[in-house]
Amino acid sequence: MMLSLTARAEYETLLDAAALREARPDAAAIIFVATDAEPVVVTGAAFQARTQAYAAGLQRAGVTAGDLVIIAHIQNLESIYAFWGALQMGAIPSMFPTLTEKLDPDVYMRNMNALVRRSHVRLIFTSDAFAPVMARTADCPVVGSSELAGLAEDAGVEGFRPHAPHPDDIAFLQHSSGTTGLQKGVALSHRAVLNQLASYARAIELRPDDVIVSWLPLYHDMGLIAGFIQPLVQGIPLVLMSPFDWVRHPALLLRAIHAYQGTLTWLPNFAYNHLARRVRQQDMADIRLDSMRMFINCSEPVRDDSHQLFLHRFADAGVREDMLAVSYAMAENTFAVTQTPSGRPPRRDVVSRRALAEDRIARPVKEDEAATVLVSCGPTIPNTQAKVVDEGGRDLPERRVGEIAIRSDCMLTGYYQRPDLNPFTPDGWYLTGDMGYLADGEVYIVGRKKDLIIHAGKNIYPQDIEAIVNEVAGVHPGRAVAFGAPDEREGTELIVVIAEVDTDAPDQRKAIAKAIRQAVARKSDITVGYVTLVGPKWLIKTSSGKIARAANREKWLRERASRIA
Amino acid sequence: MPNLDENLVRETIRAYITHELIRDPDYDLTDDEGIITGGLMDSFALADFAVFVEQEFGVYIPDPDLTVEKMDTLNQMVARVMQG
Repeated sequence: MMLSLTARAEYETLLDAAALREARPDAAAIIFVATDAEPVVVTGAAFQARTQAYAAGLQRAGVTAGDLVIIAHIQNLESIYAFWGALQMGAIPSMFPTLTEKLDPDVYMRNMNALVRRSHVRLIFTSDAFAPVMARTADCPVVGSSELAGLAEDAGVEGFRPHAPHPDDIAFLQHSSGTTGLQKGVALSHRAVLNQLASYARAIELRPDDVIVSWLPLYHDMGLIAGFIQPLVQGIPLVLMSPFDWVRHPALLLRAIHAYQGTLTWLPNFAYNHLARRVRQQDMADIRLDSMRMFINCSEPVRDDSHQLFLHRFADAGVREDMLAVSYAMAENTFAVTQTPSGRPPRRDVVSRRALAEDRIARPVKEDEAATVLVSCGPTIPNTQAKVVDEGGRDLPERRVGEIAIRSDCMLTGYYQRPDLNPFTPDGWYLTGDMGYLADGEVYIVGRKKDLIIHAGKNIYPQDIEAIVNEVAGVHPGRAVAFGAPDEREGTELIVVIAEVDTDAPDQRKAIAKAIRQAVARKSDITVGYVTLVGPKWLIKTSSGKIARAANREKWLRERASRIA
Repeated sequence: MPNLDENLVRETIRAYITHELIRDPDYDLTDDEGIITGGLMDSFALADFAVFVEQEFGVYIPDPDLTVEKMDTLNQMVARVMQG
């Protein structure tokens, strides 16, 4: 029994859908794997007991139904128990990136406190290491691992008082990163999440014998829904690892697929390059990936060359072209908007580069014409519609590039405690900010409307980086720009910072460049790919005097191309 | 295991980091600065470094040694490669 479109009516909330897992109490619900520790297997029954104890622990800590609980912890079982525990007692959990050694705690807490005040956060749960640091400046109670575990133990399962939510109650929030992203918590109802899970199960033909393997962070929609909520609700095993562990040791994912006969995994495009280039030969001995049904490329623009690189590298281990799949997803639709069908590779659309750039038409390429290969994101999942609109909101025909608009039964209720922001058009469409086109019933994404950078699957607002760079000594305040530049080797956009400086002295310029890299890393946990220092008046401004990101990006790319040539 | 010259290893890794990972050949990378903790490269680079060391020096560094704590400076990286 699974949560399918057919069985959807039998469940009202995420909590009663958990019965699906309870039907198999002795089966593994979560298997947590790590480089430096033995795997930990949590059965369905153990998961239920732990999360109820954590729910009781949260209640003892003063959390009541409807309270917002921020989980800013490392990716481990405790943070999962706390999330599900909060859900069970009717609180609203939201996963957050943890503070790290590298990050400036003052900057991190300034962002956190802005959220705490705006959204009335009741409690922050974090690791023992960072709890005292955060508690010093937090505007709400901060509870560390040991404290919550203690409260959970004292309360025990018997201390748990269950909560029966309404299907339209907010189940949890998803936030995107950075100061800009923190201002808008995507609020999702139980109804929306269940609708998404039922539709998505159809789209990927989810089966009871599927095994999901994931390294994705749970503060991201792809990790939270595909790599956490979905397997737990559907009662299929989740083999989970920490993203910190995986980026350093990419073979961990492949070993887990091999060991547990994984069938499904979701990866941002850069991960295909990371795996293909950075898993060592020795690590692949005896590893088989034949068990896989789909590697689903999601959450940043899909590159055909990344798929080809991956296929070429792992064909010997059993990866076939028909295992490659694509999904276009966003937190505002809970998760997936589209999905390529299982069992066939995603369509590749070979279009005229000129017509795409100049006429905004995806016209199949003619002979002797420069071509661009676009990979299809597939058709929309059941009960989600997509259309393409022009600047004035008018529908565009097939193959005309415009903004993607979506409508579905699994959309956000709204932005949390932001009645001033209405995400929908009067007739219920959500404008995604992504530019794309439709062809033969499938969605293709070609870019973005706004200057958003997607680096390694993470949305980054350039203004957040520019604000940091503008404060670096030696940089002309207001004379810095940040943007993304596509990188074939990494399969993602790298972050470029250009800053105007007065000095010509090489030593001073080196020191400024270094300070820029350090400041961005300490204040945002983002690594800058390129720092380019330029003299006064290099940067192009708009007629209104603002720094023109797109024009400066073009100029930088042009200058780099001429240097290489 | 071939005998590796420590200075050669050091300069090879230094050039690799500034060219390939920081993407700034003019960067004056010192022996003891925190490369990851200092924000010069992200932790993805540890996996890249592992591949480079295997190909360049024939040294396989096991995963548990590939951590920010153990591989944050040029000195740490060189010392680990010299261990073989």
